Amino acid sequence: MATAPTVDKPPAVAPEAPAVHPKKGVLSHWRLYLAISPFYLLFLSFGLIPVGFSLYLSFHRWDGLGSMEFAGLSQYQYLLSDTEFWGSIGNTIVIWALATFPMIALAMVTAVMLNSAVRFKNVYRFAYFLPNVTSVVAVAIIFGSVFSTNFGLANALLQAIGLDQVAWLNTPWGIKVAIGTLMTWQWTGYNAIIFLAGLQTIPGELYEAARMDGAGPVQTFFRITLPLMRPVLLFVMVISTVTGLQSFTEPQVLLQTTANDSTFSGGPDHAGRTMVLYFFQQTFDNNDFGYGAAVAWGIFLVVVLFSIINWRLVQRRDEEQ
Amino acid sequence: MATIQGVKPSRRPGKPAKPIKGTRGRGIALHAVLVIGLLLSTFPFYWAVMMSTHSSTEIFSYPPKLLPGSHFLENVRSLFDNIDFFGSMVNSLIVAVSVTVLVLFFDSLAAFVFAKFEFPGRRTLFALMMAIFMVPAQLSAIPQFVIMARIGWIGTMTALVVPAAANAFGIFWMRQYMKGAIHDELLDASKLDGAGFLRQYWHVALPVVRPGLAFLGIFTFMGQWNDYAWPLIALTNPDNVTLQVALSQLNGVHGTTDYGMVMTGALLALIPLLIVFAVGARQIIADLGKGAIR
Repeated sequence: MATAPTVDKPPAVAPEAPAVHPKKGVLSHWRLYLAISPFYLLFLSFGLIPVGFSLYLSFHRWDGLGSMEFAGLSQYQYLLSDTEFWGSIGNTIVIWALATFPMIALAMVTAVMLNSAVRFKNVYRFAYFLPNVTSVVAVAIIFGSVFSTNFGLANALLQAIGLDQVAWLNTPWGIKVAIGTLMTWQWTGYNAIIFLAGLQTIPGELYEAARMDGAGPVQTFFRITLPLMRPVLLFVMVISTVTGLQSFTEPQVLLQTTANDSTFSGGPDHAGRTMVLYFFQQTFDNNDFGYGAAVAWGIFLVVVLFSIINWRLVQRRDEEQ
Repeated sequence: MATIQGVKPSRRPGKPAKPIKGTRGRGIALHAVLVIGLLLSTFPFYWAVMMSTHSSTEIFSYPPKLLPGSHFLENVRSLFDNIDFFGSMVNSLIVAVSVTVLVLFFDSLAAFVFAKFEFPGRRTLFALMMAIFMVPAQLSAIPQFVIMARIGWIGTMTALVVPAAANAFGIFWMRQYMKGAIHDELLDASKLDGAGFLRQYWHVALPVVRPGLAFLGIFTFMGQWNDYAWPLIALTNPDNVTLQVALSQLNGVHGTTDYGMVMTGALLALIPLLIVFAVGARQIIADLGKGAIR
């Protein structure tokens, strides 16, 4: 993990944590080290070798069967000049943004509504959870027909308000909007449940006090809810970044039928080919395991970079993250 | 956060306001918005349920079949004929329950340490964990298989449970949650009472983070229940697999895929998941008043 120091920064902005045993030596903290050890032991046992192997692989040429051939830095050199890879970064970021921002806003609004004294909240909560478990096969069939050019619901709506049809799954932007919509649909309820759990940490007395001071719902949200939810919001932003930038299932299921050459091609003009799809295409379609590994490390760097940016943005106004 | 101190411990979790003037109109508007969300969320699920009552050819015919058909029992019968549905469901339950229990314990314990204690190397270790979390998961499958084969776990459920017993996602989540939920005054007070580390964790931390644990428990169970790629690789005996792997065996039986049967299988496989959610989600908005000092 030579890359670890690069990500040292984000958590470093957390000067918090009461020093419970501040002045003793390392050994006196043995309970604490023991308590955090399972994750690291599991990584050492099952994660380190795979990671090391893929790093090794990325400096070689290998088709998965024959002998490996040392390639030095050439895979990475090619990666930097590979316009298809850069294109997939662009696709991923656009799809991520189209999905993430509506998703987080909708999830926050939903959570606040469900947290207020509303009836039937069990029913709503259950309903909002369903997209997250609806079978991928069904989702692919349904969204395929929602965005179908001639018979689709999306185009029926457009025509109803007097606009032209869009060939959703055949144009670069249409594909991205369709994937973003699918992801928003599938993950809004999930994030709403996270926010709902987070809202439980805010004491009801604070809201009561705000109400007595004459604060309206909007003011209350921005003055109380949002600041106290910052640790949870940071979690959601980082997780959405890490998982969203590695999105794979959604474009794959939505576009596999329209793909002409490969199930990982990301649709016409590769407009829906995300970074991880490109990794699969290089590794398993082209049997280029060495280059695939280099692509994977490229993905890792992009994800780390974006996570650091997000961490900075969310935590800046408040030291206590 | 000092403002909360000294407030009487009685608390109605997350109920910000009693009915006030104008709430009736606002209540109707609120429900209108929530119902639109409900329809958008449930419609594809409803459609999927309808698919399970039709034959494969009917599913792909136009216009879409949005009303119940008559093929459900037939789909169920061919489902049970083709895979060992209940046997693989038991396997899935064993894996998902074991992993969930282990993850809840290990992750919340580690998170408690990261959220509330200072010790040498804390930042570095946390950063390292986050970095590991960001490594694309697809990298690991093949070498991991080789390791598991060496220690003889391939083909057993152990290969699924042990590597999943602690994860960065849950530690990060519980750490963020504990930062907001566990107030330092609570820990200081319990320390003055002579509580050691484990008692602080068990009696002070866990009771106030129940909503956080509920979220982690539900979605850990769900992740394991739905996991497909790794079980497919690791469970080499086709007669002893988890439910999702068994369901995948339905693709392409008899040459083509019987989508009616596939949809029926996917739907029946959801039932335990829905029960876990219904039970777990009640913990998210539970009465934390008793015991928890606020």
